[in-house]
Amino acid sequence: MSHPLLRYLRKETLPTAFCPGCGNGILMKALFQAFDELGVKELTNYVFVSGIGCAAWIPSPFIKADTVHTLHGRPIPVATGIKLTRPELEVIVIGGDGDIAGIGGNHLVHAARRNMDLLVIMVNNMIYGMTGGQVAPTTPRGMKTTTTPYGNPEYTMDACALVASLGANYSARWTVGHFLQLKDSFKVTLKKRGFRFIEVVTQCVSRVSRRLGMTAAQHIKYFLKNSVHISKLKDRGNIDLDGKIVVGVYADRDRPGYLDIMREATKNLM
Amino acid sequence: MKFWSGNIAFAEGALKAGCRFYAGYPITPSSDLMEHMASKLPEYGGIFIQAEDEIASVNMIIGASIAGLKSMTATSGPGFSLMQEGIGYAVMTEVPIVIVDITRLGPSTGQATKAGQGDLMQARWGRHGDQYLVVLSASSVQDCYLTAIRAFNVSEKFRVPVVVLIDELIGHLWESVEVPEEVEIIDREWTETADTPYFGGKLVPPMPKLGKGLNVLYTGSTHDEWGYRKTQDPDVHRKLVSRIKRKIMDNASEIFKYRILGEIDGDVLFVAYGSPARSCREAVIKLAERGIKAGLILLDTLWPIDYKQLGKLVSNANKIIVPELSLGQLIYDILIVRSDNVYNYHKIGGGVPIYPNELVSYALEVLR
Repeated sequence: MSHPLLRYLRKETLPTAFCPGCGNGILMKALFQAFDELGVKELTNYVFVSGIGCAAWIPSPFIKADTVHTLHGRPIPVATGIKLTRPELEVIVIGGDGDIAGIGGNHLVHAARRNMDLLVIMVNNMIYGMTGGQVAPTTPRGMKTTTTPYGNPEYTMDACALVASLGANYSARWTVGHFLQLKDSFKVTLKKRGFRFIEVVTQCVSRVSRRLGMTAAQHIKYFLKNSVHISKLKDRGNIDLDGKIVVGVYADRDRPGYLDIMREATKNLM
Repeated sequence: MKFWSGNIAFAEGALKAGCRFYAGYPITPSSDLMEHMASKLPEYGGIFIQAEDEIASVNMIIGASIAGLKSMTATSGPGFSLMQEGIGYAVMTEVPIVIVDITRLGPSTGQATKAGQGDLMQARWGRHGDQYLVVLSASSVQDCYLTAIRAFNVSEKFRVPVVVLIDELIGHLWESVEVPEEVEIIDREWTETADTPYFGGKLVPPMPKLGKGLNVLYTGSTHDEWGYRKTQDPDVHRKLVSRIKRKIMDNASEIFKYRILGEIDGDVLFVAYGSPARSCREAVIKLAERGIKAGLILLDTLWPIDYKQLGKLVSNANKIIVPELSLGQLIYDILIVRSDNVYNYHKIGGGVPIYPNELVSYALEVLR
């Protein structure tokens, strides 16, 4: 008997290219379990769009669905073009923090502002992993990377707060240690319209955990120990991500998505 | 009969060709083309979106084309520069898109509202890696309408991005346009089955439809004929990139279009495209009045060039003059096929056209 979630994978592409101990597998399991629990047995109506980086390889080629592997930073505009053309398809973007918040940051801002009908999953390993471990917009301040050998002098980007501030319908952050909460967020967002953003904090075993002297399991325990639920924060307007990881749902609304607004605006033309 | 600007005529031609998706970002002197599409596309059941930048524009139209709609964007120099990586992705993944560059004066911001023709080499070769696409041009408002249709047809037929260079003088020129009742419209070949590969097998493979359970894989990385990434295998890379070259270059004689005016075997022969070609036409007539045998080769295709054919065309005239609104780029095509008596007439700055009388004087000077 094969594993029930194998149906979502292209078996001929396995094993994945990810390092042993990579968090991408936990994320995939949470997503697939969400599909399974929602009764989605085939991904025929789903299109996965990704850019460049380790996280971009999650759908391309491993997920058994239509997948579009685009340029570095550009999955959101490509996904926008697909969604507007084929609104009946569910379009999901999976990308890393460098892809989505770094080089593709402008697209993230404007897709969130438009409340574009996309689910964007940002896999945040706090580093440019594929290229060897350079500093990212999500790297904690003070952390040593190959391009910040004296410690990262820059403040850390809170992509969830950014997306929430732009009026998107959903914004949440979990670590891969928060498996059930992550799975529930996937289930909620797979049923919602508008722009939905889930940031998944994960360990890069090769570029971060190893340098910090941790195994993957120790790193996940570290995430859990250093996570603070958003409801426990006194001042939500001044979140300092240095030193702790804020988890939870930043925004959950049901404003009309871009498609609904456009349909309404042009309904008398058709 | 319609009275349109070049930009509006292109937009109308695109709609006629079946373009149903437009993404763009404001930039002079192309914005009025975008505004026309913003107002018209919804009437045709199409989709218009103003993107956050030109990088988003080109990637949105790539997504729309993959998802099934004929798609385009228009821009000008700086925006065209920003689109290059996306255009390269469309070349590699064989996604048909049309990109119009209403050319202005560079480099950089240059003279943003003034005409220039300095983007020719960038249109052909602006991307990294070996890549081949099609570049067309227009030299009248009527041309803009018909070139739009041709751009989509070529793009669909060969699954390739088509760049159209229209200089600002033509884009903002208002002229009468005859709208033909019947035009040939070519649609790409689609497949909804996994019988034939989507990225190989045939010279131009069919495009797979999304949402049909085909589990399509698109990637800008080197891929095999089913779309699987093969980033180590030298044979897969050679096969893919060579085919992408062959589908354009082996069809160069079909794609390469030009028009001849006057006598091409006489004393002086102009080779031009865009607004300078209009002045050449006038100069040919004026020179003929003086008893000088003159002619013009007006290039409608700027890439691929059928060099064998071009060589024949320019071999017999005494002098060849290549007028350009740049410091000279098209002239290199002539120098490939002929080394003697080839003259460049260039004019840049202020958006001042090349006037017919200047060309007459210059022709008389080189003939002296």
